[in-house]
Amino acid sequence: MLRYALKRGLSLAVSLVVASLVIFFVIEVAPGDPASFMLGLNAEPDTVAALRSELGLDQSKLARYLSWVSGMVTGDFGMSYTYRTPVAGMISDRLWVSLPLALYALALSTLIAFPAGIYAAARRGKPGDMAVMGATQLGVAVPNFWFAMILVLIFAINLRWFGAGGFAGWDKGFDTAMHSLTLPAIALALPQAAILARVMRSALLDILGEDFMRTARAKGLSRRQALWRHGLRNALIPVLTIIGLQFSFLLAGAIIIEQVFFLPGLGRLVFQAISSRDLIVVESVVMILVFAVITVNFLVDLAYALVDPRLRSRT
Amino acid sequence: MSLLQISNLCLWIGSHEILKDINLEVAPGEIVAVTGESGSGKSMSAFSVMGLLPDSAVATGQITLEGQDLLTLTETQMCGLRGRDIGMVFQEPMSALNPVKTIGDQVMETILIHKALPPDLARKRARELLDRVGLPADRFPLSRYPHELSGGQRQRVVIAMAIALRPKLLIADEPTTALDVTTQAQILALLRDLVQEYDMGLMIITHDLAVVADLADRIVVMRHGVVVEAGSTQGLLANMQHPYTRMLFAASNHQVTLPSAPPASPLLEVKGAVRDYALPRKSLFARPGHFRAVKQVSFTLNRGERLGLVGESGCGKSTLTRAILGLEPLQGGNITLDGIPITTEPNPEIRRRMQVVFQDPFGSFNPRHRVDRLVSEPFHTLPNPPRGRDRTELIAETLRAVGLRPEDAQKYIHQFSGGQRQRIAIARALITRPELILFDEAVSALDVSVRAQILDLLAELCEAYQLTYLFISHDLSVVRTITDRCLVMQKGEIVEAGPTEQIFGTPQHPYTRSLISAAPVLPEIDLGAA
Amino acid sequence: MSRNLLLGALLSSLVVLAALVSFIWTPFDHTAMDIPSKLQRPNSIHWLGTDHFGRDIFSMIMVGARTSIAVALVAVGIGMGLGIPLGLTAAAKKGSWLDELIMRANDLVFAFPSLVIAILITAIFGAGAINAIIAIGIFNIPVFARITRGAALSLWEREFILAARVAGKGAARISAEHILPNVANLLIVQGTIQFSLGILAEAGLSYVGLGAQPPTPSWGRMLADAQTMVSFAPHLALIPGTAIVVTVLGLNLMGDGLRDWLDPKLRVSRQ
Repeated sequence: MLRYALKRGLSLAVSLVVASLVIFFVIEVAPGDPASFMLGLNAEPDTVAALRSELGLDQSKLARYLSWVSGMVTGDFGMSYTYRTPVAGMISDRLWVSLPLALYALALSTLIAFPAGIYAAARRGKPGDMAVMGATQLGVAVPNFWFAMILVLIFAINLRWFGAGGFAGWDKGFDTAMHSLTLPAIALALPQAAILARVMRSALLDILGEDFMRTARAKGLSRRQALWRHGLRNALIPVLTIIGLQFSFLLAGAIIIEQVFFLPGLGRLVFQAISSRDLIVVESVVMILVFAVITVNFLVDLAYALVDPRLRSRT
Repeated sequence: MSLLQISNLCLWIGSHEILKDINLEVAPGEIVAVTGESGSGKSMSAFSVMGLLPDSAVATGQITLEGQDLLTLTETQMCGLRGRDIGMVFQEPMSALNPVKTIGDQVMETILIHKALPPDLARKRARELLDRVGLPADRFPLSRYPHELSGGQRQRVVIAMAIALRPKLLIADEPTTALDVTTQAQILALLRDLVQEYDMGLMIITHDLAVVADLADRIVVMRHGVVVEAGSTQGLLANMQHPYTRMLFAASNHQVTLPSAPPASPLLEVKGAVRDYALPRKSLFARPGHFRAVKQVSFTLNRGERLGLVGESGCGKSTLTRAILGLEPLQGGNITLDGIPITTEPNPEIRRRMQVVFQDPFGSFNPRHRVDRLVSEPFHTLPNPPRGRDRTELIAETLRAVGLRPEDAQKYIHQFSGGQRQRIAIARALITRPELILFDEAVSALDVSVRAQILDLLAELCEAYQLTYLFISHDLSVVRTITDRCLVMQKGEIVEAGPTEQIFGTPQHPYTRSLISAAPVLPEIDLGAA
Repeated sequence: MSRNLLLGALLSSLVVLAALVSFIWTPFDHTAMDIPSKLQRPNSIHWLGTDHFGRDIFSMIMVGARTSIAVALVAVGIGMGLGIPLGLTAAAKKGSWLDELIMRANDLVFAFPSLVIAILITAIFGAGAINAIIAIGIFNIPVFARITRGAALSLWEREFILAARVAGKGAARISAEHILPNVANLLIVQGTIQFSLGILAEAGLSYVGLGAQPPTPSWGRMLADAQTMVSFAPHLALIPGTAIVVTVLGLNLMGDGLRDWLDPKLRVSRQ
């Protein structure tokens, strides 16, 4: 197990390094010099040069990459070109909106999808299964940000159960903050839950055809007991893969859906940064997003090993 | 009074009548073998008793266990019965156990689900059961996972699960078909002992008549869902009534006469062949790093000779076969065909002169191509492959040679039975008139009657085309009749080589002796008597 | 053919038809503003009503279908065109450094959701529909590479492939002649799924301004425009959203239907 975890950890580190290289050099090829952009067209050449050296733009690419990466490790993401404030501070505030939203949605999606998928699989071909499958077919087709608009229309504008948007902040208390994230999380979670429920159902149905399920029945387990005791844990293996993939969809979805609810998350930050060509902010936000996705996939890899003993004993 | 009595059992799945009027009895302590070829309904009879039929199945008649009609019980009542009064052992030990649960938990589950014992006692009982089936605590703690065990060991776990509550009836569906002969002998001995010890009735489903004759007190022969003949083993073997039974026994021990081999002149030479695998560690016990599948193997196959290669699974015979075919590289030694070295580099010269027939008649063909395209695939290796009418005629001639019709060239592979597919595979191997053909378990997946026909075909082709072949198989009785000379392989080495009759008659190496003694043998039956 | 397949094909072809017809005819010019008749509900003149500039929504939906379909189709093309050869190569060279490299690169691309790729591209080159195509297309590459490799690997183990190798055929020829036709069904089904995901992704990117820019009409941007007016003109949001749902639903139903329709034949031939 430890061996496996170490191996996955090593692969995590390599992925992060390569991803950071890709991001850094993609941003490098962007046309235009940030310093002259920030100072406007009429700036004196020495002023520009001074700013360039202040921003570290006069160093070699490699040196800049290394200082960027070593800075990130110590929590220093550099200075925003536009606001002249540390990027780290700007990001961390926003991250505490986007990341909880994605995780909240992931939890909701799993909580909805598992029972729905299990229910449908246990009633294969019966009306209950048909109803779940029909609902998921529709759910998969709904864009989450549009669904969010509909939810706002119904629950915020007409029923007034929720505010139409905005975020109270975590300092106003956990409940208040979660309340303002609930509608966005539902909008994100339901379409993903539809996908996950379908995966859960088909994974279970695949397992139902396995020989060991017949063995379980021969011992005297009922269909339902066999499904719960032997089917579920085996079905988790493909389901985990999808949960890992879903996290990246949810994170991207969170960034989009923030626009519907006027949430001060990474989305608004990065779109503003794009329009003001604040590339260091874009670079950092992208790195944070990719870091989150890679890390979650690492956690999913570890979860595989918990579920499947065959992985544990392998190197 | 009999323990299990099946009377007038009929089974329909959809509009197909799977079983017709089956009558069968098993007494306590009695071993009843139900035998027949694929499609005979023998497994379905077993599943009918277990009540584990597909949802669309409808069964009529009576299946009584100690006077209680199982067909009238509710599903809940059947759940209470399965595992407690009837235990079952399956064919595929590799997939019959849940891969994510420990063997201890899986054996205990039988006890716990029926609330027979509290958990701590159930754990103790599971330990005793595993000890009893030959999995001692020091090497097989309850915390083992199935993937850490071999096929035979897994089958022992399945047996432990099935007998945990001392059921009155044990049903074993092809319990040793997936196992090697030596393992098969051990598992059969275990089953026999358990029947005596527990005074269980055992209903064993098997296609292997040698196993049947060796083990059973009574035999039931089935065909197309009907019991064609039933009786005590001795009585039935001595006096077979039904022609199908006679045919089945005759085919099981089918002998062919090969033309005599020409004087020795080497064709295939294997010298000091070594094949290493860099394997990922599969279990806690397997050594990581290199695994030497073939260790310094040398032999010569002469032109016109029919050479056998026997050994159990994992002995390296498949790896050696792939190396000879040039599908895998060697790490040492060399293989030459008529002096030309065989490597993994594509070499039309070699390919043209050597062909292969694989085991699986279902996986050997691209399902999207017609037979003419399938059998003419080796034309690829010819400098000027025949075209147009020549091509059609060569295909037609080859199809006729293997007992098919020229019109079959336009069909798709799924329109043929297993035996016909194996004929097509032979046609493909034969079409370029190669100097050497490899038969890799080529008759192992076939029913005995079909197998007998394919063996006849091979003998005919030997006569007609002076075939040279290497016949790789785990089935000793087949190798014995279809080869002139034979190699015995164990753990990557050839431990014995010599004329086939000599090896089978007076085996020298202890491994060869154990292999031959473990293989169940049909008793001499006077088929002319009836 | 199943009901799913028929219904799905019907819905999808309806959308494709609308997109094609829009080249020669729309009820109104989709760019023509008509402030006096702004924000009308669906009626006999403007079948689906008008937006805040008085533009005809039905015409905009028709032309918007073009953008959605074009972006998703080209993105699937990029994914298939690069992903399938990569997957076939990786499977043919299983276990080699090339396989390892391809799969590692795949994993890396998977860590970049299409939104993130779009953000990067837009940050450098500015916004445009082409960004959406590239972003979604890049994301599709590993999807097709993985699915091709997975299916191809199991085929390489099959005896008919061994037989072809014994017949002296090289890896490239076997991949083209035996592997590709046998994974084609799977890829067609995956293609329809990625196509529908592409429609969704394009809408999302346009919604946040990373996709098609004015005057190119797009469903996602219609939704972005509608957002501030949802409370008094909900049809502005309901209609483009429904167009997306109908298209994606149609494609998904078609994908499911195709899978069921293509699969039994495979099963028959396997058994």
